[in-house]
Amino acid sequence: MVTAADRIPVLPAEEHERRQRRSRSTLPALWDLLDEVKDPEIPVISLWELGVLQDIEQRGETVVVTITPTYSGCPAMTVMEEDIVAALQAAGHDQVVVETRLSPAWSTSWMTAAAQEKLRDWGIAPPGCGSAEVAGSISCPRCGSEDVRKLSEFGSTACKALYQCNSCAEPFDYFKPI
Amino acid sequence: MTAANTQDAVLQYAVRLGDDALVLGHRLSEWCSNAPFLEEDLALTNVALDYIGRARMFYSYAAELSGDGRSEDSFAYLRDCREFTNLLLHELPRGDFAFTMARQYLVDEYALAFMQALLESADQQLADIAAKAVKECKYHLRRSRDWMLRLGDGTEESQRRLQTAVDDLWGYTDELFELDALETSLVAAGIAVDSPALRPAWDAAVRDTLAEASIDLPAGDWSVRGGRQGIHTESLGHLLSELQFMQRAYPGLEW
Repeated sequence: MVTAADRIPVLPAEEHERRQRRSRSTLPALWDLLDEVKDPEIPVISLWELGVLQDIEQRGETVVVTITPTYSGCPAMTVMEEDIVAALQAAGHDQVVVETRLSPAWSTSWMTAAAQEKLRDWGIAPPGCGSAEVAGSISCPRCGSEDVRKLSEFGSTACKALYQCNSCAEPFDYFKPI
Repeated sequence: MTAANTQDAVLQYAVRLGDDALVLGHRLSEWCSNAPFLEEDLALTNVALDYIGRARMFYSYAAELSGDGRSEDSFAYLRDCREFTNLLLHELPRGDFAFTMARQYLVDEYALAFMQALLESADQQLADIAAKAVKECKYHLRRSRDWMLRLGDGTEESQRRLQTAVDDLWGYTDELFELDALETSLVAAGIAVDSPALRPAWDAAVRDTLAEASIDLPAGDWSVRGGRQGIHTESLGHLLSELQFMQRAYPGLEW
């Protein structure tokens, strides 16, 4: 049987395109600037690493930033928009518009391996390359044990589930693959 | 249908789906700080947020189609009972925890199949909203189905409460699988979900779950409908009076 752990992670097409948009952008300085804007709930990963930041364009005098929401009801989205506007305005870009794009629907599979490691260091078990149907291996971010149990489908936010490590007893959040 | 007729029909359809999501999201939010334990409090409110977020997407699309200056808030806060077109199942009072989870399970089993079908909609924006919702539905269903089994196979008390809840909810489920003229025309245009076609799979899945949870299948000897036509139970008005209070008392309030 093929398990999630046996799969070779393949970059989804939409994520490949997102990275192409950045590498081919004529506004590299703005992308670098927005690398400083972090997830308000997980201040170790940027909106770029999270997969929320989709595109940056210049339309006349206006900088248009396109983002995609994580979960439908994620209350952090408004804060993310405000943080983007504040970061660009602090750098002298007075006219900023943040547009929301629903499609392609956000997926944790867009997160880089480096971003996943940052999550683990922060105390959150990363989503890995699993899916809602097939969970990847979940290990305790504190001691690394895979002997863990689920306490609740939902943790402190919609994107996370609550787990506990059976080896070291530490409760921890697991970023759910979606 | 002419293009203008189609656009108006899609607007009404988006409002229906928005009403379903808002009303159920509000019911779930009522558990905030009232759930049986902390993890459940977090879970119920997180699911509520998913639903309210879904309502915002549908209402925003309806507002865009209207082109008359209405916003998502106009739909949520400035319409009265008879203008709400949610399915009745979504508006019933939250009841006890068994009732909330049984309703959620029946809705989740439907919503996942519904959103999967809406992915194929000829209307791109509806399909895009469905693509977001379908991922969340999978987690919702896994959790609510798990609670059906835990309550059904739990104590005598939890089993009794769950059976009562399923019996009380059953007559509201027929409405999920009915089409009126508006939706029939949208199904023909490839835009709306052909909900009667979802029934066999829903029936089979629900029967399996009820059997596994040792819950008797209700007799199905009564059923009520009317939500899509704005004919509601007495509960919706009370819900709206709380949900809409701020905008009614302080019109145009922002924060």
